[in-house]
Amino acid sequence: MTNQTIAAPSSKSVNSRSASRKFFKIGRFPGFGLTTLLFFLFLYIPIFILVIFSFNSGRSATIWDGFGLNWYAKAFNNDDIQRAAINSAIIALIATTIATILATLASLVLARSRKFKGQNISYSILMMPLIVPEIVTAVATLSFFSFVGLNLGIGNVIIAHTVFCIPFAFMPIRARLQGMDSTLEQAAMDLYANEWKAFRYVTFPLLMPGIISGAMLAFIISIDDFIITLMVSQAGSTTLPLYIYGMVRMGITPEINVVSSVMLFMSIIFVSLSYLIGRKK
Amino acid sequence: MPETAIEVRNITKKFGVHTEHEVTALDDVSISIKDNEFFTLLGPSGCGKTTLLRLIAGFEYSTRGQILLYGENLIGLPPQKRPINTVFQHYALFPHMTVAENVAFPMKMLGKDDGETKKAVNEKLELVKMQDFANRKPGQLSGGQQQRIALARALAPHPKVLLLDEPLSALDLKLRQEMRTELKNLQRETGITFIFVTHDQVEALTMSDRIAVMSVGKIQQRGCPTEIYEKPNNRFVADFIGETNLLEATVSKVEGNDIFCKLSDNIILKGEGETGKNVGDPVTLAVRPEKIALSPISEQTEGSFTGKINNSIYLGTDTTYIISVNGKSELASVEQNSAVGKVRFKIGDEVCINVADNAIRILED
Amino acid sequence: MEPAKREATKRWLGISPAVLVIFIFMVIPICIMAVYAFLEANPYGGVRPHFTLDAFIQFFFEYDFDDNLVFNSAYLNIYWRSFVLAFFTTVLCLLIGFPTAYYIAMQPTNKKNMLIFLVTIPFWTNLLIRTFSWILILRDYGVINNILLGMGVIDKPLTLLYTNGAVLIGLVYTYIPFIVLPIYATVEKLDLRLLEAAHDLYANRRQLMSKIILPLTAPGIIAGGILVFIPSLGAFIAPNLLGGGKKLMIGSLIQLQFASSRNWPFGSAAALFLMAAVLIAMMIYLLGPARKTDLGENAG
Repeated sequence: MTNQTIAAPSSKSVNSRSASRKFFKIGRFPGFGLTTLLFFLFLYIPIFILVIFSFNSGRSATIWDGFGLNWYAKAFNNDDIQRAAINSAIIALIATTIATILATLASLVLARSRKFKGQNISYSILMMPLIVPEIVTAVATLSFFSFVGLNLGIGNVIIAHTVFCIPFAFMPIRARLQGMDSTLEQAAMDLYANEWKAFRYVTFPLLMPGIISGAMLAFIISIDDFIITLMVSQAGSTTLPLYIYGMVRMGITPEINVVSSVMLFMSIIFVSLSYLIGRKK
Repeated sequence: MPETAIEVRNITKKFGVHTEHEVTALDDVSISIKDNEFFTLLGPSGCGKTTLLRLIAGFEYSTRGQILLYGENLIGLPPQKRPINTVFQHYALFPHMTVAENVAFPMKMLGKDDGETKKAVNEKLELVKMQDFANRKPGQLSGGQQQRIALARALAPHPKVLLLDEPLSALDLKLRQEMRTELKNLQRETGITFIFVTHDQVEALTMSDRIAVMSVGKIQQRGCPTEIYEKPNNRFVADFIGETNLLEATVSKVEGNDIFCKLSDNIILKGEGETGKNVGDPVTLAVRPEKIALSPISEQTEGSFTGKINNSIYLGTDTTYIISVNGKSELASVEQNSAVGKVRFKIGDEVCINVADNAIRILED
Repeated sequence: MEPAKREATKRWLGISPAVLVIFIFMVIPICIMAVYAFLEANPYGGVRPHFTLDAFIQFFFEYDFDDNLVFNSAYLNIYWRSFVLAFFTTVLCLLIGFPTAYYIAMQPTNKKNMLIFLVTIPFWTNLLIRTFSWILILRDYGVINNILLGMGVIDKPLTLLYTNGAVLIGLVYTYIPFIVLPIYATVEKLDLRLLEAAHDLYANRRQLMSKIILPLTAPGIIAGGILVFIPSLGAFIAPNLLGGGKKLMIGSLIQLQFASSRNWPFGSAAALFLMAAVLIAMMIYLLGPARKTDLGENAG
């Protein structure tokens, strides 16, 4: 016992070389930094390759023939791509608008009122699109549309998108509301604002960053969706991801890289903006 | 006789009614607060003082009872319809508005015109000495400055009653001391009734005209600061406010208002209290340490008794002695160190104990 | 109106539109799909309203030339393959994701936020596109083969695409951000004084990791594992693009039944099995580690 207590501290100091003692930092592990570097390379190299070859002047998506914007010119003049892009934009805009309004109303209730009956079940239903596997949602929605006989063309896709956009819009809005001091609303009412004015002048302006960031995420999720759109879309409602999927199956040319790169840039800009707005106090 | 500003009548507030977690926050509480009074609700956290304040403000609905403002029933009125404003514990300043916009907010909500709003904003910012900060955002201000803005904002519409929910608790000690005086002055200058909630006895004693001490949803005692301090009714009040010696004794003789209590065979003390105690009843006595004077054993006088110093704690301006009497009861005595010719006692010294006249309180329970 | 009633009305008006939309267009569709699993297939797509258990029988049996039912493991094999691939995906994600999440969480605040932002960017970019970029890398005359051929290491291209390995890479690539984020969140909450205390009490680095850090970050590791395992099981894009037509996983199997095979009941049954697997995984998580998480938080 005595031996141990005396020996342990001394062995600690004897065993550590002076160099390692100098650099010994609590909680650091060798190799973790390198793993992180490899992780980021793994994450980003494919994206860089994709973008670089969109500027290839030759026919190959993987053999470099020199810099050229010819595939960009071709892609931008492709009527089908334009039509798909317009479809994607219309679907995303409408689905996002509806989903964001519904999510804002729901989060005002769920984040602001005391516990009530049906709170947990409402919350579970709101989160369902995140839990059910996408492929299941896709075929279930298809079954539903065929059962009801709903043939609204692009409208069917908009309905399906609205459903899964709701939780994505909901989460940032609720997070913002939870971070907001609820006494602010009480203060407004104490200072003679009625409920509507308290919402209009205090809650809404403070909630705005959350709403914008929720809407942007919903928009991106809608623009990027593939499986559900693949299953529920009918002729004439092809979106960009569906078009890209079709191109991949027909054979690979740098034109796919061009469309993909443009979509990537759009996503990155959107997410960066959403992130910056969401962080703003 | 001044008019009654707020009359709380038999208010009961329960949370979680019809659930297994039912809690009674306020149990049949009645208070009347006079016009132009600085009234303090004092008590430990969870005693119901903040709930009472929120009921007066209109943020909560009472389970039973009435609240009257100058004779008018407030029950059922939402907060925006009550001419009562609150200074919140963490100020609740709107972060997206400037200081001036914050102060102007209630005026705008009341539909006042621009001229009047501007005048009120300038006046109130001047009142709290913050006119140079009108265009700042609350985030750019220190805690003390935010506190002043919260005051200015709540005072701008000239409410009939101002509620203050532990407004000094977020400030550091020095600032807190300054703000105490300032709040008191502000109340005198504006002539508005203040209802102040705190758990800090010093705040309550220094600022208030009257205090209500609360515990477990009930009012334990109400009165002016000296009454509360010098004449506590019960064990809770005696213990919660200041330091106190609590002694167990039995009543040996009753002579009008004077009740003689036997502490032990040779010590009989004269106490005061509005209790209907009879000879032989057990009672609890409360004596403040500063009312107990010590002198060397050689200077024994009539009515005093002896004890032995068990411990002495030096506190700068004064010294606290812990004395054992008859080898069992312990008493604390505070002696000022500045007194001329004061003898300092050592641990183990035998001393003579003198209790000041009228210093012994017989408690209700 | 009474204040309590008015509150209840407002609450209902606020929450019901969102809940109803999801209920009508998601909960009811899943129920309809469940009913479809018990109906006869219509060879032109859709179903005929006749009750049958054909869809479930088809899962385990097939008809031989004499119209006898014989056991058929083809579909079970697809489920098994999916489980194995999802399992290895989870393991690989953990092996890369834990050190990464840990390293990021130990950085100074600014760098930490920047790195976490970089983790989330691909998360929000189009999955189809990101998976497509792996085709460019892995195919016969793709980036890897071109480099190896150019260096003279090999003289004819290696088959990398349309293999289990390709699917595994695609799945890891898709889901690895899901594991980094929850682990990062638990490591960031880790009280560094505990690590100092462990070293003070003679723990070496290895013991610090196994006795202190791993037990304390277990909730994040398990949450991340579930977040990778469940979607990997039903993944469609990576197996479809990188695995080719023959290496089916559950997701492709379901999709095919509703598309070219036109066997909706069988597709519905397959989707129900997938849902059941997901629910079981969720239950295991909620009944096991989630409880421990609560205890852990109380203790900490």
